[in-house]
Amino acid sequence: MSVNATPAGAQAAAEAEAEQPGGRHAAVPEQRSRRGSRAPLSDNKRAERRLGWLLCAPAALVMVLVTAYPILYSVWLSLQRFDLRFPDEREFVGLENYVTVLTNDFWWTAFGVTALITVVTVAVELVLGMGLALIMHRTLVGRGIVRTAALIPYGIVTVVAAFSWRYAWTPGTGYLANLFDGSAPLTERASSLAIIMLAEIWKTTPFMALLLMAGLALVPEDLLKAASTDGATAWQRFTKVMLPVMKPAILVALLFRTLDAFRVFDNIFVLTNGGNETSSVSMLAYNNLIRGLNLGIGSTMSVLIFITVAIIAFVFVKLFGTAAPGSDDGERR
Amino acid sequence: MADIVLDKVSKRFPDGTTAVQDVDLEIADGEFVILVGPSGCGKSTTLNMIAGLEDISSGELRIGGERVNDKAPRDRDIAMVFQSYALYPNMTVRENMAFPLRLAKMDKETINQKVDEAAKVLELTALLDRRPANLSGGQRQRVAMGRAIVRQPKAFLMDEPLSNLDAKLRVQMRTVVSRLQKQLGTTTVYVTHDQTEAMTLGDRVVIMRGGAVQQVGPPQELYDHPRNLFVAGFIGSPSMNFVHAVVEDGRLRTALGDVPVGDRIRRELEGGDAPRELILGIRPEHFEDAALIDDETRRRGMEFEAPVDIVESMGSDKYVYFTVEGERATAAELEELAADTGAADFAGAGSNLVTRLSAESPVREGESRRVWFNLEKIHLFDPGSGRNLTLHEGRSAGALAD
Repeated sequence: MSVNATPAGAQAAAEAEAEQPGGRHAAVPEQRSRRGSRAPLSDNKRAERRLGWLLCAPAALVMVLVTAYPILYSVWLSLQRFDLRFPDEREFVGLENYVTVLTNDFWWTAFGVTALITVVTVAVELVLGMGLALIMHRTLVGRGIVRTAALIPYGIVTVVAAFSWRYAWTPGTGYLANLFDGSAPLTERASSLAIIMLAEIWKTTPFMALLLMAGLALVPEDLLKAASTDGATAWQRFTKVMLPVMKPAILVALLFRTLDAFRVFDNIFVLTNGGNETSSVSMLAYNNLIRGLNLGIGSTMSVLIFITVAIIAFVFVKLFGTAAPGSDDGERR
Repeated sequence: MADIVLDKVSKRFPDGTTAVQDVDLEIADGEFVILVGPSGCGKSTTLNMIAGLEDISSGELRIGGERVNDKAPRDRDIAMVFQSYALYPNMTVRENMAFPLRLAKMDKETINQKVDEAAKVLELTALLDRRPANLSGGQRQRVAMGRAIVRQPKAFLMDEPLSNLDAKLRVQMRTVVSRLQKQLGTTTVYVTHDQTEAMTLGDRVVIMRGGAVQQVGPPQELYDHPRNLFVAGFIGSPSMNFVHAVVEDGRLRTALGDVPVGDRIRRELEGGDAPRELILGIRPEHFEDAALIDDETRRRGMEFEAPVDIVESMGSDKYVYFTVEGERATAAELEELAADTGAADFAGAGSNLVTRLSAESPVREGESRRVWFNLEKIHLFDPGSGRNLTLHEGRSAGALAD
């Protein structure tokens, strides 16, 4: 069978297409000219813009009050020696607090614990969440029940769930501890961390699954059918067609979960209260700021957490091209 | 390349609906077969069953003589083109076309060579490094075709591949598809709801309605010798005119006058269970301006006079719409056809007659005009069963046949 000659019709069809208006390339120059134009605005346009600003103003104001101000204030606090037990010694010390924190072993231990929890839980949640999302997406019978059941852990208040885990692992009374000959896993570092991560994963996998399921809905059925006829196995359809198409949704889910996981607090607070070097950075900041009343050091830690989270977000958005949910621009240009 | 045989293939869904009912079809090696019908007639389901994307509830499907009922799509060696094109958005045109070859574990060099060849055939060479998002509809369509042909599969399955193109491009792509199929000689099953595509493309056309095959045959045969009312009404544009007729004293009383019938039809009508009311079908081109025909032709038909409603001049000929008094022809099949075109709730009073007259005809809107029609070309249908009574041994012989 030879496929050498060119059907003349293809040529004609190609020409007809060139005449066709629309399509992406036709739209691009138009966009560019609109962006590049510096023509003076008409009165109408200007009024419209002013209205736009006015409509945004209340929301912007609230944002400034509840987020920008506290952030800036804690930055300001972090540059001072400020311990409420010794209020008279308050003094501007520049970056001294940062040097103190960043050369401190407790900080780096907590940072390591937080990083470990973040990486492990997000990785496991991604795999489990994907499985759960596929199940929820594919179930035909009892779809509502399956989805509701899968989401229950996410619907329980974290602290409540953490307490139930704690009781479960308490020697003598806990059903899980009794499975392991009544040992006390929450008194040892490795097993404590494992239990903290288990609780985190159990709790937030449904959330991951929910985000991924939204991504799954974006994979057109025809694409999977096409892949089947093209000779792809189920696994190949998953890895070569589904995952790439879902990539934006996966990255958004990972971003959300990573930022969330990095701030882990409640599970640790309830399960170990930071004992046996299981503190996360949030725990450490809390201990210094609220328990220790050291506003300077505590604020410094908060600012460092803020910076770390910002870096994670930046890496996701810039390096992996994570797009906001709903926009499909990230992938295509 | 291979033949495809459907042997009493049916599809029943778990909720009890039957989408496809006992379809028997033999598609020869290299043949181009069109499945056509209104939406919901089971044509896409049939195609999906051939592809392996839907399970077959009962019956047997053989590709190349081998039973493939239980084979996965990937083991059937068929290629499919989708209405949505189904291009992988994360891959370039080259990667899209290479995808089936890569899955077949061919070496890189062969893959590149095959993709380049196919790209040349479809004039995609300049677009090989683009993403589908940056292609126009027509270009995407050609990439989808390219992905199907690189593999040289046993058969092509096409599910309304041209439906998303605009009208002008669709006509051009039609010739591309047709030429490509002839050139490659690959067995092709093509699904469409567009009867024009069905008429122009296929070696044979399969008309489906409600999951059942109505008639199979070359396009011209379906057009000239429709087996039933549904086929007659579905094929042809503008479609066949249907006129209510009452059997009386061996003649047919219609709004167009009393139509004489030949011996054969008379015998048919004299049977005990013969219907007393019929539907008379005439294609638009079997009318002519009575002033323009010679005596020889005149003898083969009859004439009537009716007020002209609308005149559409096509240049080569004129579509003239007449309003005729009398009862409308009604049958379940006709209603179904009207529903499919969306004309069900748009009827108006009396019946409308579409005729295709010579361009020389001086006919004008508003006047009353004498029109001749060919009695040898009319069809008579039983409104109950839809059967074409004028069909004799598969050929339609008109009302006058002896």
